[in-house]
Amino acid sequence: MAQTIPQGVEYVRILPEIVLSLFGMVIMVLDPLVDERSTQKLLGLIALIGSVAAIAATLYQSQFPGLGFWGMVKVDGFSTFFHILVTAIAAVVILSSFEYMQVQQIRAGEYYGLILFGAVGMCLMSSAVELVLIFIALETSSISTYVLAGFRRRAAISSEASLKYFLLGSFATAFFLYGVALMFGATGSTSISVIAQALRLSPVPVLAYAGIAFMFVGLGFKVAAAPFHVWTPDVYEGAPAPVVGFMSTAPKAAAFAVLLRVMFESNAPGRLWLIWVAAALSMTLGNVGALVQQNVKRLLAYSSIAHAGYLLVAFAALANNGIPAAMFYTASYAAMNVGAFAVVSHLAGAGERYVTLDDYAGLGRRSPLLAATLTIFLLSLIGIPMTGGFFAKFYVFSAALQANLVGLTIIGVLNSAVGAYYYLRIIVVMYMREAREEVPAIPVSPALGAALGISVAATLYLGLLPGRVLEYASRSAAELLH
Amino acid sequence: MTHLIIFLFFGALCLAGAVNLLVQRHPINSALSLVVVMGSLAVEYLLLGAEFVAAVQVIVYAGAVMVLFVFVIMLLNAGEEVRTKGSRVAMLFGIPGMLVGSALVGWVLIERTGSQTVAAGALPGAPRTIGWLLFHNFLLPFEVTSILVLIAIMGAVVLASHPDTDSGKKKS
Repeated sequence: MAQTIPQGVEYVRILPEIVLSLFGMVIMVLDPLVDERSTQKLLGLIALIGSVAAIAATLYQSQFPGLGFWGMVKVDGFSTFFHILVTAIAAVVILSSFEYMQVQQIRAGEYYGLILFGAVGMCLMSSAVELVLIFIALETSSISTYVLAGFRRRAAISSEASLKYFLLGSFATAFFLYGVALMFGATGSTSISVIAQALRLSPVPVLAYAGIAFMFVGLGFKVAAAPFHVWTPDVYEGAPAPVVGFMSTAPKAAAFAVLLRVMFESNAPGRLWLIWVAAALSMTLGNVGALVQQNVKRLLAYSSIAHAGYLLVAFAALANNGIPAAMFYTASYAAMNVGAFAVVSHLAGAGERYVTLDDYAGLGRRSPLLAATLTIFLLSLIGIPMTGGFFAKFYVFSAALQANLVGLTIIGVLNSAVGAYYYLRIIVVMYMREAREEVPAIPVSPALGAALGISVAATLYLGLLPGRVLEYASRSAAELLH
Repeated sequence: MTHLIIFLFFGALCLAGAVNLLVQRHPINSALSLVVVMGSLAVEYLLLGAEFVAAVQVIVYAGAVMVLFVFVIMLLNAGEEVRTKGSRVAMLFGIPGMLVGSALVGWVLIERTGSQTVAAGALPGAPRTIGWLLFHNFLLPFEVTSILVLIAIMGAVVLASHPDTDSGKKKS
C-alpha cells in the first residue's frame, strides 16, 4: 500500500469544512461559559467570522484543485462555486438572525453551531465525488435543518414542522441510500467516476435505472420538487423565518450540486423523462398552490417549489449549457430568497405574529425602504430584467430550447406568467392598500441592514453584470465534463 | 443450493418482520419484530461472507440498540399489555417454525461439514479488511460521521429542553 496517511495538500482540500467545524465547536464550548445577555452577540459574531473565514479558505483552496482522501473529495471550479455560495448564504443568514433571535428570545448557542455544522455537510456535498460520503454529508445537512426548523420552542407549529420534516426527510434519505445500494449493485462501485465508466458501456444494467430513480426521489425531496414537495408549506410556515431563508437556499443548492454531479458526470441513464415530469409538475403545482395563499411564508414556500421546477428544467437540457444555467440559477435564487426571508423575519415581530398578506398592507408608507427592498426581491423572483431572476430564467429556458425541449419551455414560460400574479399581489398590497390595524414598525438593526444590503447587491449584480458569474460557471462545467 | 435456500428463507423472514413491524399496534410488538429483522439481517451478512459485520449486527443492533428501544418504550409508558389471538397463533406456528429452523441449521452443520466451509478470515469481510477500509479509503466519511453525531446530540439537547428553562440560566 503506497500511502497510508493523507498528505498535507489533502487537508487543504477539505479546509473550509475544517474551518467551519472548528468554529462550530468553539461556539459549543463557549455557549455555557458566557453569560446570557452577551451570548447572542458574541456567539453570532463568532459564527459570522467562521463563515467568512470559510469563504477565505475556499478561495485559498481553489488554488489546489484535485482529488483528496483516496478519491473522496474533488476540488474543482464546480465545488468552489458551491462552497462560496453555501458559506455566503450562511454568513448572510447569521447576520439576519441577530435581530430575530433577540426579538423571539431564542437561545443562541446551538442555533449558530447548527448553522455552521450544517454548512459543513452542504460544502462536502458539493465537493464529494463518492456516494457514501455524499450520503453522510447529505444527512449532516438534513439533520441540522430538521433541528433548526424546530427552534421556535414556544410555538407548537414549529415543533410540528420539525417533526414532519424529520419523518418525511428520513424516509427520503432512505430512498437515496437504497438508490446508492442499487447503483453499487449495478456498477460495483460508489465512486462517481467509476460509475460513469461502467455506465458508458452500451447495455446499461436495469439496476442502474432503478438506482438513479431512487436517488432522484431522495434528492427531489431535499430540493422540494414535486411530487415530493408536500412537506414544504407546513415546514416553511412553522420554522423560524431566517431558518427558512437558510434551508430554502443552502441545502437546496447543495442538493442540486449533488444532482448535477450524479446526473451529468455519471451519464445517468433515463434522466430526461424523470426530470421532465418532475420539472413540469413542480412548476405547475408550485405556482398554482401559491395563488391562494394568505400567509407570506406559505406563499414563498410554494414559490420555492416552483423555482425548484424551473431549475430542474436546466437538468433536462444538454450538459454543456444546462450545468452553467443551473449553477447561475441557484446563485441568483439564493440571493433573492435569503433577502426576501430576511425581510419577512424582520416584519414578523415577536412570536411571528405578522406573517399574513394583510399585515403587509401599507408597508410602503410605514417603512418605504424595507418595502422597496422586498419589491426588488419579488421582482427578481418574477424574473423582471435588471434583476438576477431574469437572467437565471433566461439561461435556463434558452438551454432547454437548445436541447429541443419546446414543450417544457412553454410550460415554464406560462408558469412564470402565473407566478407574476402572486408576487405582484404582495407588491400591490404593500403600496396600494391601507393598513387595517396598527402593525408596529421596528427600526431595522445594522446587522439586518447589512444582510439586506448584501442580498440586494447580489441580486442586482447578477441582473446587471451576469457575464462573469456565467463565464465562471461555464468554465467549471466544461472542467466537470472534461 | 442449500446456501441459496437459507438465504431466501432469512430474506423472507426479514421482510415479514419488517411488515409486521409496521402493522403492529403495540410498540413492544413492533420492537420485537425489529429484533427479527435485525437477526435475519445478521444471518444474511454471514451468508454473504461478512462475519464481522454479522457479529456487529447482533451485538450492536439486535443487542444494544434494541435494549435502548425497549427501555424508551417502557419509560414512555406504552400502555397496557394486551393479550391477543396473535399470541396463540405464535404458539402454534412459532414452536414448529423454530424446530424446523434448528433442524435445518443442524442438518447443514452435520451433513455439510468439510465440503463447503472456509477458514475464519478467509473471506473479504474480515475485521482486518474492514478496519483498513474504514481508516484508509473511507477515512473522511468516518470522520464526518462524528460531526453528524455531534449535530444529532445538539439537536436532541435543543428539542428536548423545556422552552421556559432557556432563560433559567441567567436567573441562577
